[in-house]
Amino acid sequence: MEKKPSFFRRPGVQTVLASIICAILGILVGFLILLAMNPSHAVEGMTAILRNFLKYDQSSTTLMYYFGSTLVKAVPLILCSEAILFAYKAGLFNIGVAGQYTVGIMASLYTSIALGWSWWLCILAAIAAGALWGFISGFFKAVFNVNEVIAGIMMNWIGLYLTNIVLGSKKVMDQSTSKTYNILSKNPDALLPSFLANVFGHNQYMTIALPVTVIVAIILLVVLNKTTFGYELRATGHNKEAARYAGMNATRNVILTLVISGGIAGFAASMFYLTGIEQYTLASSVPGMGFNGIAVAFLGGLHPIGAIVAGLFIEYLTMGGQYLDTNYFNPQVADLMVAIIIYLCGFVLFFKHLMNKGKAKALTNVNAETEENTTTDEKDKEV
Amino acid sequence: MDKDDYVIEMLHIRKEFPGIVANDDITLQLKRGEIHALLGENGAGKSTLMSVLFGLYTPEKGIIKKNGKEVRIKNPNDATALGIGMVHQHFMLVDIFTVLDNIILGAEPNKFGFLTKEAARKRVIQLSEKYNLKVDPDAKIEDITVGMQQRVEILKMLYRDNEVLIFDEPTAVLTPQEIDELMKIMKELAAEGKSILFITHKLNEIKEVADRCSILRKGKYIGTVDVENTTKEELSSLMVGHSVSLKVDKKEAQPADTVLQIKDLCVKSKLHNKDCVHNVSFDVKAGEIVCIAGIDGNGQTELIGGLTGLENISGGQILLDGEDITRKSIRYKNTHGISHVPEDRHKHGLVLDYSLEDNMVLQRYYEPKFSRFGLLKRDTIRSYSDRLTKQFDVRSGEGARTVVRSMSGGNQQKAIIAREMDRDHKLLIAVQPTRGLDVGAIEYIHKAIVNERDQGSAILLVSLELDEVMNLSDRILVMYEGEIVGEVDPKKTTLQELGLYMSGAKKDTGKEA
Repeated sequence: MEKKPSFFRRPGVQTVLASIICAILGILVGFLILLAMNPSHAVEGMTAILRNFLKYDQSSTTLMYYFGSTLVKAVPLILCSEAILFAYKAGLFNIGVAGQYTVGIMASLYTSIALGWSWWLCILAAIAAGALWGFISGFFKAVFNVNEVIAGIMMNWIGLYLTNIVLGSKKVMDQSTSKTYNILSKNPDALLPSFLANVFGHNQYMTIALPVTVIVAIILLVVLNKTTFGYELRATGHNKEAARYAGMNATRNVILTLVISGGIAGFAASMFYLTGIEQYTLASSVPGMGFNGIAVAFLGGLHPIGAIVAGLFIEYLTMGGQYLDTNYFNPQVADLMVAIIIYLCGFVLFFKHLMNKGKAKALTNVNAETEENTTTDEKDKEV
Repeated sequence: MDKDDYVIEMLHIRKEFPGIVANDDITLQLKRGEIHALLGENGAGKSTLMSVLFGLYTPEKGIIKKNGKEVRIKNPNDATALGIGMVHQHFMLVDIFTVLDNIILGAEPNKFGFLTKEAARKRVIQLSEKYNLKVDPDAKIEDITVGMQQRVEILKMLYRDNEVLIFDEPTAVLTPQEIDELMKIMKELAAEGKSILFITHKLNEIKEVADRCSILRKGKYIGTVDVENTTKEELSSLMVGHSVSLKVDKKEAQPADTVLQIKDLCVKSKLHNKDCVHNVSFDVKAGEIVCIAGIDGNGQTELIGGLTGLENISGGQILLDGEDITRKSIRYKNTHGISHVPEDRHKHGLVLDYSLEDNMVLQRYYEPKFSRFGLLKRDTIRSYSDRLTKQFDVRSGEGARTVVRSMSGGNQQKAIIAREMDRDHKLLIAVQPTRGLDVGAIEYIHKAIVNERDQGSAILLVSLELDEVMNLSDRILVMYEGEIVGEVDPKKTTLQELGLYMSGAKKDTGKEA
């Protein structure tokens, strides 16, 4: 009676294939754009983007250094997408990740530079800030039935301006450069412990953020699929009414989901800014990290591990723009390609559908063989 | 009649799904102006065949002819263009649209791109009056009962002047009176020259309206018979392959202690600002089956909602074994002796995208039996699910891991019944437990319910099927406009008397102490 679906019919395999198709199509369209901009150098430009830091193949130290930088910058993107997919599994579209990430920046930089806390306290502060932002959206959703997208967008702007005010103060921001102080110069204790920096060409920004990101993804995978809490969240996400019928506490779950999602977003900010690789400048719009995280989450098939792969890929392409010859191309072509891939992410489901259609025919023979073993009552598919 | 009189011919249709052949070389020929019944058990392939005709599925093999000419129906738009309309078993309505908007959807009357609904509204009202399909054109679909939603579906087809009408188990949700009316409508439509395909597993209805009947069994074509020359018993054995008894065997009830006591329960209506359940009081004792009969939309859904906690109560008291559970949470009620087979299995009963095994523990996943330290015990859940599916004969393509959405309606319902009966309970609430199921499954579920009763459960049954009400219950309470208007003994009453109570023509004024 039980049988395994064939390889290509497994949902997991299909998701991976669909994502790969999106990525390839994105790159192809990117190439077309390069062709349009400068036909004679298009191949060269594409090669530069794809080859990326691998062009430093003369010196493995340099190569590993730049590889490390890509990894460091991919970390917040991956974590933001984990935050989004976690809420998404519970049926919540947490567009507020962008704002939760922003207040995470605020908390980690303020506690590290102005208050001089050590790194792990700074992380906790960032998580708390993001979680609080998530809680507010969740509270309004659960108690007053305010759409979490609306609440999230509002909280994004509140978070942005609050962050500008707090980080713009003299204690945190160098008024001459309009950037926050370098953590290394103000409070080295707040920098994350380094991790495998030697392997990555003495890249001082290589920190524990990297393994921690993988651990977070694995924890989410376990929580979603193996725990009673994850069971409840997914049930609520699929069918809220059935969850209510089963006696699950929807109010608590909605709030808790957004608190955890926000916490992860805040954590993402600390995992990036506490490496010291970048300083915050006053911004007039919310950092794109939270929004790009949405695309990464979908490209990764809404799977915690898929998000890691998708995040690395997107970051790799983004970095690739820097290797374009600026005499011929605008380096933003890489951003454009990323944007196209992100756009195509919306088609992941479409490609999955196409695959199902095509495979149905190919599988005719397989089914004919198993027909005798299958119970016959199950033939009526509900419309 | 000669061959040219076939309006629709489906020849040698084959349709497969992963792991299953739903239609295997099926031929169906529909004559102009006839009512052609399509008979078969759940999972026999009726819905699939009709979906093929309606363009929802593309068959692997076989051809479809309209008026003798081969046609290709790739999507419902093609079907509509060919004058084929369908009332689906699970309605295809936009919940947040009004009745009128749903009816005109896809054929919106407009002038320069602006909607002109007035003419459409008149037409809909006229149609609904003509065929006695009472609906409020301005009510939203999500606010009306399942029975009314079906009337909307039928109106939709009538509005479109379709020539070939497919009814996919249309009577499953209707009251006896409504069924009679529907039968009348169907006959009138056929007399007007429309051709009707009528999917059902109710033999009475086939005998009443159908001219011919094609029978499917387990995806295969069994044959086509003239209804007039075929007895019900013959039809039944063609359908299931063996004869089944339609009566429920049960012993005299042995009512013991009172399990459920409801006192003056009121539930607010979602539609308007008044109660749709008024001061309802009754008891259910251990070892008896109490049935709430009534026409769809007279407060039964809300009464059960209030009782189980799915809807808010505006007054009254609910006692379970003497304990006041009026304001307790749904989980508290679930864990303190109430099992509930819900009216809408897709909305409440199942998480359709979950596997069968995950649905089997929907209320129990957190119990120590199925989890430890917050982690699910996958192996225990699997073996528990396997035991239940075996015990209750729930069939699925891939066993415990089957996604419930891909299972047939009958097996989905059996899964819910299995889950609810296996949970510890003093009271079993079953709302329309056999809706849309075939004879075999109905018989099985009825036996299981009687068995539950004999084991000492109190059973509260809500049903629109009078046969079920009469056969199964030990006491009948009739609900009309949110009130209990009468209590009758099924052994002493007649269908006519029940009908009078249900239609509000008769009312017991003096309440029992």
